[in-house]
Amino acid sequence: MRGFKDSAISEKIPFWLDPRKRAIFFQLLTFCMVGFLAYYLVSNTLINLERQKIASGFGFLHKESSFEIGESLIPYSAASTYTRALLVGALNTVKVAFIGIVITIFLGTIIGVARLSSNWLVSKLAAIFIEVMQDIPVLLQLFFWYALFCETLPSPQEALTPGAGISVCNRGVAFTIPEAHPAHRYMLLAILAGCVIIYLMRRWARKRQEKTGQFFPTFRVGIALLLGLPFVTWLTFGAPLKMDVPVLEGFNFQGGVMVSPEFIALLMGLILYTSAFVAEVVRAGIQSVSKGQKEAAMSIGLRPSLVLNLVILPQALRVIVPPLTSQMLNLTKNSSLAVAIGYPDFVSVANTTINQTGQSIEGVALIMAVYLFFSLSTSAFMNWYNKRVALVER
Amino acid sequence: MKDVKWFVVVLVLALLSTGGMAVAGTLDEVRARGVLTVGVNPGVAGFSMPDEKGVWKGLDIDTAKAIAAAVFGDASKVKYVALTAVQRLPALQSKEIDALCRNTTVTLTRETVNGLNFVHPNYYDGQGFLISKKKGVKTAKGLKGATVCTLPGTTTEMNAADYFRKNGMPWKPVVIESNAELNKAFFAGRCDVLTSDASQLAAIRSVAPNPDDYIILPEIISKEPLAPVVRHGDDQWYDIVNWTVMALIEAEELGITSANVDEMLKSTDPQVQRFLGVNPGFGKALGLDEKWAYNIIKQVGNYGEIFDRNVGPKTPLKLDRGLNNLWTKGGLMYALPFR
Repeated sequence: MRGFKDSAISEKIPFWLDPRKRAIFFQLLTFCMVGFLAYYLVSNTLINLERQKIASGFGFLHKESSFEIGESLIPYSAASTYTRALLVGALNTVKVAFIGIVITIFLGTIIGVARLSSNWLVSKLAAIFIEVMQDIPVLLQLFFWYALFCETLPSPQEALTPGAGISVCNRGVAFTIPEAHPAHRYMLLAILAGCVIIYLMRRWARKRQEKTGQFFPTFRVGIALLLGLPFVTWLTFGAPLKMDVPVLEGFNFQGGVMVSPEFIALLMGLILYTSAFVAEVVRAGIQSVSKGQKEAAMSIGLRPSLVLNLVILPQALRVIVPPLTSQMLNLTKNSSLAVAIGYPDFVSVANTTINQTGQSIEGVALIMAVYLFFSLSTSAFMNWYNKRVALVER
Repeated sequence: MKDVKWFVVVLVLALLSTGGMAVAGTLDEVRARGVLTVGVNPGVAGFSMPDEKGVWKGLDIDTAKAIAAAVFGDASKVKYVALTAVQRLPALQSKEIDALCRNTTVTLTRETVNGLNFVHPNYYDGQGFLISKKKGVKTAKGLKGATVCTLPGTTTEMNAADYFRKNGMPWKPVVIESNAELNKAFFAGRCDVLTSDASQLAAIRSVAPNPDDYIILPEIISKEPLAPVVRHGDDQWYDIVNWTVMALIEAEELGITSANVDEMLKSTDPQVQRFLGVNPGFGKALGLDEKWAYNIIKQVGNYGEIFDRNVGPKTPLKLDRGLNNLWTKGGLMYALPFR
């Protein structure tokens, strides 16, 4: 009966008055227009390139780059291909973004908590830090740190040695590192094994606590495992102690590990700028948990550290994680300002590639694709984490 | 609904804007606009740099003025667009500028893959190294392990890579996009050497805190013919820019200067008469006024005057004519026949 009635109505209504069909029609129309516009722009560009005899396509990626890059995580020389040059740039971006994000979250959390401190001096110092760092454009901060490094530090010949095995000069900071030894690989494996054991131990400890109520000190045992396992491995390999000491040779230090002023200036600028924002995010998150929660937790006799870990943080994280994700993306994207102070990040290498090959459209497309990939993978990871910490609603 | 309307508007605009694009030649566009747009270097003393009053001065600037004098009969009708090394070629390709006078090296790739045409060079240069005297280095072969400051997107960046590779010397580049920031880093000691075209090194040294502390090493590791550039596909515009540079050289060969050009109008030399348009023909052939060459020389001067005014021995750059002398005096400046 009802079915009959429905079909009778739809027969009477012309399709342009049926909002559902009309919506589909307009969506199709929009889709076609966007598609046509995209096709038109691409084909028009190609025709114009053809007319001006400008090369197009990604064939240049296999050619020899014939330019040098200042710092690289993988072996690279001017004889390598453009693909490898771009990979070096992308890895440099990942390096500064990853280290930057880790330190920023750490520093930002400390400052955010300090901002809420009942100690007047600590709270005001944190407030000043946040206001100053937020209000100075990050590019200016980069120039400031870079100039500070270049102008004030001495030449390699007169390098400062603040601690044993460390030399500081205007070419960067040279660190003494242990000389390469097969033991290092096994020590790394030991750390990984430690992580797996800690994960299993935490699951076991939680189950036992739920069953018997007995508490197991996972944190302390975990730290002991992380430090102990590599140490035991190191001992079994006869405790190799030979060090790779940076020595001044000719113009610069040879050996050890050299961290360039460009990298340090970029890292400092990004960390200080972004951690001010992260601090505000953390403060807002903690303040969003109502006072009653804390008081209730204390009234049932939980220790302050447990109040923070079991009551405040799980609820605050729900509020903190989404804006924190956008700060992490900001830091990654701001790292492209590296070009101003000469750190060879992806944009810098891609810019050089564009210039040497003259293929700007392909180059810019690559830049966009790589940053899109970085951003999407960061937000995918953070969304996964956000789901874990989100309030489970029943 | 609003979105759909918006799309239609954009689409129609896009179709309209490209409809008229292909037809008009650069000369017509420049005339219709009433001003010539030229890409220049943001700051290399002697070649292209605004003075304390904000007036652009330099060899490349005078070349741009000469083109404006040829087209409009008025050397002041130029709009200068300051471009970094990375921006310069895309700006020309995308029609943001009519011509590029920005110490740009002629290369095969740029003339083919990049779709550009270089006219006659207005400066013959070569790449060198600038270094502090304190380093005690006398030759480029002593630069093993050095940290080298260079601009990105330049032939110098690749030449340096070639040179160190050929000689089996390790090195470290520091690549900074802005001239000013690069020079600052070099003077602060971030790099041992700065590499660029020898003329630019002279310019950079002239603005050093203490110019006498720095030397240019004797080795010149590359050929850098610097020339104005135009886009592929507009032969008339190419001819105008090319023969403007030729006219500067030809005037010097004929002994015509901005001071004596009015007297020269009365010259009985048929070559001078043809050149200055007393005997007409060349102007029409180029699509310009018959007085085009007269206007260039009267308002800007000949090549020798431009050189001496901007980079010559009496300027802070103190450059010799060298390769940039006339062919009759042992240089490479050779104007093709005005016939």
